[in-house]
Amino acid sequence: MELISVIKNLFTYDFIVKAFEVGIIVSLCSALLGVSLVLKRYSMIGDGLSHVSFGAISVAVAFGFAPLAVSIPVVIIAAFAILRMRENGRMHGDAAIAAVSASSLAIGVTVTSLTTGMTTDVSTYMFGSILAMTDEDVILSVVLSVFVLLLFILCYHKIFAVTFDESFSKATGVNVSLYNTLIAVLTAVTIVLGMRMMGAMLISSLIIFPSLSSMRIFKSFMGVVISSGVISVVCFCIGMIISYCYSTPVGASIVIINLCVFFICCIIQRMKGMRR
Amino acid sequence: MPDDRKKILECEDVSLGYDGRPVMEHLSFDVRQGDYLCVIGENGSGKSTLIKTLLGLIKPVKGKVILDKSIQNGYIGYLPQQTDIQKDFPATVEEVVMSGFLNRCGWRPFYNKREKQLAQNNMKKMNILEYRKRCYKELSGGQQQRVLIARALCAAGGLLILDEPVTGLDPNATMELYESLEKLNKTDKMTIIMVSHDIKNVVEQASMILHINNDEYFYGDVNQYIYSEFGESFKLGREKN
Repeated sequence: MELISVIKNLFTYDFIVKAFEVGIIVSLCSALLGVSLVLKRYSMIGDGLSHVSFGAISVAVAFGFAPLAVSIPVVIIAAFAILRMRENGRMHGDAAIAAVSASSLAIGVTVTSLTTGMTTDVSTYMFGSILAMTDEDVILSVVLSVFVLLLFILCYHKIFAVTFDESFSKATGVNVSLYNTLIAVLTAVTIVLGMRMMGAMLISSLIIFPSLSSMRIFKSFMGVVISSGVISVVCFCIGMIISYCYSTPVGASIVIINLCVFFICCIIQRMKGMRR
Repeated sequence: MPDDRKKILECEDVSLGYDGRPVMEHLSFDVRQGDYLCVIGENGSGKSTLIKTLLGLIKPVKGKVILDKSIQNGYIGYLPQQTDIQKDFPATVEEVVMSGFLNRCGWRPFYNKREKQLAQNNMKKMNILEYRKRCYKELSGGQQQRVLIARALCAAGGLLILDEPVTGLDPNATMELYESLEKLNKTDKMTIIMVSHDIKNVVEQASMILHINNDEYFYGDVNQYIYSEFGESFKLGREKN
């Protein structure tokens, strides 16, 4: 079997093992968080935060700071800011995200070109690289996944209620803004971790695609949550193997696989509709 | 005739508003067990502010809203206005109804058997038991509203607050919804506070009326309302027909 030998071959490289570890965790977390974000019309938050993260990393690299230590807090603050702007109703969610996203991309690019110039580091952050994962990332992503999974197992019903109907949840005494904040912070960390592999331009697709695909097929919230996680992890693995075999960029390969799955789900939905 | 039913909600000279700025001042009324109170008023008259205050989401600027023990801490069954998000939300009817039990769960991550049984009963009451495995977004507007009322019943400790429940429903669905509410009020002795624009039907349904219009308000039973200055709009409507 050729495929098996390819996979065996794949895991002899240390950097690929790390990439798999971080990638599977990031795709699982982003898919779970994505269900709530997509349903609440926050799809673009991933895109916005990844640009913020790009800006923060560029600035950190230019001044010689550690990228993760700078970008994680910055992106968390940006997530807070976007949520707050929307809650206060001063700006629409999409406008807030677009404003924050373009500004931080501009700041990142300007700072970079003034100091180090566009190095390979920066282009890696733009489009992702399989080589970018370190031991630190592996540890951080394990910690992240523990938080996300605990949140979804222990507070599943609250997440459902907060996503479905904020007013009702507030009236029954659920601390809605706590859950919104928690989801935003975890999304922020997921994005910072994932973006160096997926690329700032592509990471948001990990949040959006799995839940979009699942919503074509499943009718229950539980079904959508579970299938998003599964679809996301499977697409990541297939994308990685393809990227390794044909030397295509990792991030782009994973997104294209996700796109294919989305089309397949659309077709399944059509066929189900016809049978009825 | 003295009314000896228990007062479950009491507003005594309360001023409502946001950030210390009152929208509505010197409001006094009370709700007794088994009442069916309708809140009427134009857009911007302070109806939603009143609802938010009763639910404890905002504090009154002055005065105090006193709730009976049975409905404190999130035990009011609330039916909010529908949002866009819900129109294409992937969730089964059962999932939506069960989420009404959140206030009873605390940190317990799962619903227990008794709650599942109660949810079944509430779905039966609202005639939606047969749809319980169906997807919420595939139901008609009237059915969706019933699902949300069943959810509110799960949360309710004796009081339902409904925010414009018939908006966007066709006449048939509207009448069916009113019938269900009447049954809940008469048979199950559920106390109901309903905000509505539908003055004509409201006067036939409710027992008490609270008509608010920024600085002035009317509070009393339906008969008093029809012959009051505030009831003029209703009477005019009837004469035209």
